[in-house]
Amino acid sequence: MELLGKEQIWKEYQKEIADNNYFYARSCIRQTFFPGSEWVYLDILRNKLHKNVIDDPRHTTCTGIGYHSDVVPIETIMTVVARHFALMTEAGYENLTPSCITSFGIYTEILDTWEHHPEIEEKIREYLYKATRREFKKPRNLAHTSDIIYKFRNEIASQILHPLKNIHTGRPLKVVDHIGCHYAKMFPSKGIGGAEFPAVLTGMIEAWGGEPIDYPERRHCCGFGFRNYLVMANRGFSVANSKKKFESMQPYEPDFIVANCPGCAMFLDKWQYTISEMEGITYGANGYGIPVLTYEEMAALVLGYDPWDIGLQMHQVAVEPLLDKMGIPYDPDKKYCNSRGESLGAPKCPTYLKIK
Amino acid sequence: MNVIIIGAGPAGCEAAFRLANEGIQVDLIEKENSTGGNLNNWYQLFPDRKSAKDLNTILSNHLQHPHIRLHLNTEATDITREENGKTSVQLSDGALLTGDALLLATGFKLFEAQRKEEYGYGIYENVITSVNLENKFINHQITMRSGALPQRIGFIHCVGSRDEKICNYHCSKLCCITAVKQAIETRELLPEAEIICFYMDMRMFGPGYEEMYRKAQEKYNIKFIRGRLSEASENQNKQIIIKAEDTLIGKPLRMTLDLLVLMVGMEASEGSQKAASQLHLTQAPSGFIQPADPHYGNNRTNQEGVFIAGCCSAPMNLTDTLADARSAANTISEWLNRNTQH
Repeated sequence: MELLGKEQIWKEYQKEIADNNYFYARSCIRQTFFPGSEWVYLDILRNKLHKNVIDDPRHTTCTGIGYHSDVVPIETIMTVVARHFALMTEAGYENLTPSCITSFGIYTEILDTWEHHPEIEEKIREYLYKATRREFKKPRNLAHTSDIIYKFRNEIASQILHPLKNIHTGRPLKVVDHIGCHYAKMFPSKGIGGAEFPAVLTGMIEAWGGEPIDYPERRHCCGFGFRNYLVMANRGFSVANSKKKFESMQPYEPDFIVANCPGCAMFLDKWQYTISEMEGITYGANGYGIPVLTYEEMAALVLGYDPWDIGLQMHQVAVEPLLDKMGIPYDPDKKYCNSRGESLGAPKCPTYLKIK
Repeated sequence: MNVIIIGAGPAGCEAAFRLANEGIQVDLIEKENSTGGNLNNWYQLFPDRKSAKDLNTILSNHLQHPHIRLHLNTEATDITREENGKTSVQLSDGALLTGDALLLATGFKLFEAQRKEEYGYGIYENVITSVNLENKFINHQITMRSGALPQRIGFIHCVGSRDEKICNYHCSKLCCITAVKQAIETRELLPEAEIICFYMDMRMFGPGYEEMYRKAQEKYNIKFIRGRLSEASENQNKQIIIKAEDTLIGKPLRMTLDLLVLMVGMEASEGSQKAASQLHLTQAPSGFIQPADPHYGNNRTNQEGVFIAGCCSAPMNLTDTLADARSAANTISEWLNRNTQH
């Protein structure tokens, strides 16, 4: 791979990302399956980077899952999104930063639709006003939260405690980056590095000492695909997509996978268990899986947060082999304890996938 | 009577020679340090496999004519139409030329393959363009970057042509026959290799082209798959893994190649764009300069006294380019005679 060629493409796909004062929009999937990610993102922004960010409890789902499953009509999702814009406007903010890749894709798609069809925007304003008496301004800047971390990757690097290096060999960790389809495949100009060779996660990996892996199925979808997963009869298709990716990346012996989409992180993590139960196959070394991190978790680990404080015990694939490589201290006995130190009970062990 | 010609590719050279033979003084301006334009990048020509160098030599020898003044390494920086109907051309060396007529033979530029990001040109070391391959033919050696001989080679037609995604709707016309020619030349150098062309349609419009296409299949065992490439990626051995669809059998297809050749299309050159802008010439949506009439005024433009020849008006093969240049010379000669008489 010729890095010069990639850098040329990256230069062409730069986007404006606001410096400060963010209206945060949570993700349905991320706050359910990786709740530590959203907490630690806010903590890093506020206490490590000293940025102003508002997390409004009145914010709801964007209904993206329903929209992409054909059960929520476009007028409905637009009105829900318009309400989010109204909350942002009422709070006095202009910079919208969704945590979810699908929400980011939806906000981008809606703003683009309104730009080309102002009559639709007018109609949605009318719907929102009739339903809630709310009015709104469109965001001045829209960036995914991974864009924000990318923007401040060097500031984070200056505070790093555990670089992405194997402390036993001194070598950079090999990291597979997985970009959610809705980040840039619909609107390449809205993603850092474009759709084909995105730089948003590789930029973080390189800044923090790791080595990104480019493998043949890098661009392939994780298989979530909404209807693929939500309709039980289609789930085999969803698993097959992830399997294709695991088989393609395995020869490169990655130390972990990092994703910027909540759904991708979940499926790349959980499907490793599913595939192991279905076929007895595991993709990491010695019967383990390949750990899957969200980019917030990756940032938190290099900054020295406790692995259990950021919710890594919620992962299906054990993260301990990765923590050992990075030299991150952790207490195995506290893995399944709540914040009061009480045991929550350990989950049942999978048949094939090693978790301890 | 004198004519200024911008561009000393095949069209410019041929038109200059024909006009000079009519006794017309010609100033031929070329920004590069040699004549021939894109012909310099080619090894053999289709369909007869004639040496491109030989044709280039014939064309450049014709320029040794007392009525032709060749300006190499010189760019036309500013072109203006005078009130008296003449055209002034400011040259990069400071000279100012004035001509009774202007002929644009500014040719085409090759599509920049990097713009099809999903094919990985400039990123994956074994993805090359048709022009890179011609250079390999000149050296009589086709290898992967590692020096190994490729076992399976894929040719991708229509790269930068007929592609809504990169806003090029036009057909570059020559890529199909070029791919057939290059596949045959590749077979001659690599008798054991598997060679596959991925095409949208095979547009074999010229004499001998269809026959060459048939021969490629029957004699040279080139495989043709109707389907467009969706993406290319690289594996650990630096081979190229492609995803495509065989649209005849209606199935997706995944294949590992040692070498991927992108048949890059043609776009309006920067010289054509600049001249069109300075002279307010009508351009087709593709960016090429639009002739005054597609049938009866193919060398005229919307500006009186400004003419076009060759690929500045549309993608053309060499046969058509040279014929178009002769036609332009004839049109200009008639126009000058008519205007001189008045």
